[in-house]
Amino acid sequence: MKQATLHALLSYRTDLRPVVLATNLVTGEEGLIDPGDDRVIADLPAPVAEALMGVLRSDKSTTVETDDGTLFLNVFNPPLRLIIVGAVHIAQPLARMATLTGYRVTVIDPRSAFASEERFPDVTVLSEWPDDAMNEIKPDSRTAIVTLTHDPKIDDPALETALSSTAFYVGALGSKKTHAARLERLEKAGFNETQRERICGPVGLAIGAKSPSEIAVSILAQMTESLRQKYG
Amino acid sequence: MTDLEEDILQTAKVWKSLGKNVALATVVATWGSSPRPVGSQMAVDDSGQFVGSVSGGCIEGAVVQEAQDAMSDGAVRLLDFGVSNSQAWEVGLACGGKIQVFVEPLV
Repeated sequence: MKQATLHALLSYRTDLRPVVLATNLVTGEEGLIDPGDDRVIADLPAPVAEALMGVLRSDKSTTVETDDGTLFLNVFNPPLRLIIVGAVHIAQPLARMATLTGYRVTVIDPRSAFASEERFPDVTVLSEWPDDAMNEIKPDSRTAIVTLTHDPKIDDPALETALSSTAFYVGALGSKKTHAARLERLEKAGFNETQRERICGPVGLAIGAKSPSEIAVSILAQMTESLRQKYG
Repeated sequence: MTDLEEDILQTAKVWKSLGKNVALATVVATWGSSPRPVGSQMAVDDSGQFVGSVSGGCIEGAVVQEAQDAMSDGAVRLLDFGVSNSQAWEVGLACGGKIQVFVEPLV
């Protein structure tokens, strides 16, 4: 790889922009393909353009055969993001574990006593109402959203914003009873069944988690399942 | 730094800027069970130091050697590892899978 290519690749990543590194496995020649550049995409042979769209969507790199030999398309999507609503106890291990897994984590809680930087080192902490904060963050298909407060005043606006986004995972902490009441409120707010069914609640895989850290494991496992199995 | 893949490429850049020779190894195809997905990378310097991984640790040693050869001759390499490999007992994959690794010098 040429150093210039490596530097350009790293600057795409710094800017949080998707890019595909195409390398001819016979000659070693390489180039970066910017999926936002329509002219470049239009010039690609049809099988390459198709494979390019595939790797961006699935986040899985692959090879494609061309007249000039095998081309390897290595996809570099922007990092996964996790929005945690509610700076409660479970949020602390969840923020740390998700960071280790490669997520950029934002914790939102309008109660400033909860949302302190000291309790959440190395993650973005916003002491704002979740709908305001999330409108700025703009969740996309590489974003997971988890609400943890149990307080409808805080959780509901977050869930309404989440269901209007393309987030790949939406989870809400609360018992079956709490969740049923929540779904009723969302129905009244005009969300149809398909939309309401996107919410994983009670949140997390059923692994008998008890402590905040174990509950964080079950949530992160369910996020991973959604990312890799349901939409992979 | 939390995103491990970013760490690898960033490390390659830093090593190169320090005047070291560097090669990159990338998993480009897998068959059967394999511990690391396609796209997984490793950066190797001329002293044999490396970051990242292309398997669960079974073939890294062989890849480091090929990476150092690539730094010397400047050529790219496409390597196949798997149970059918004649060196299977040495550098084979315990999981029974097969992987293809592309090795290239950073020039």
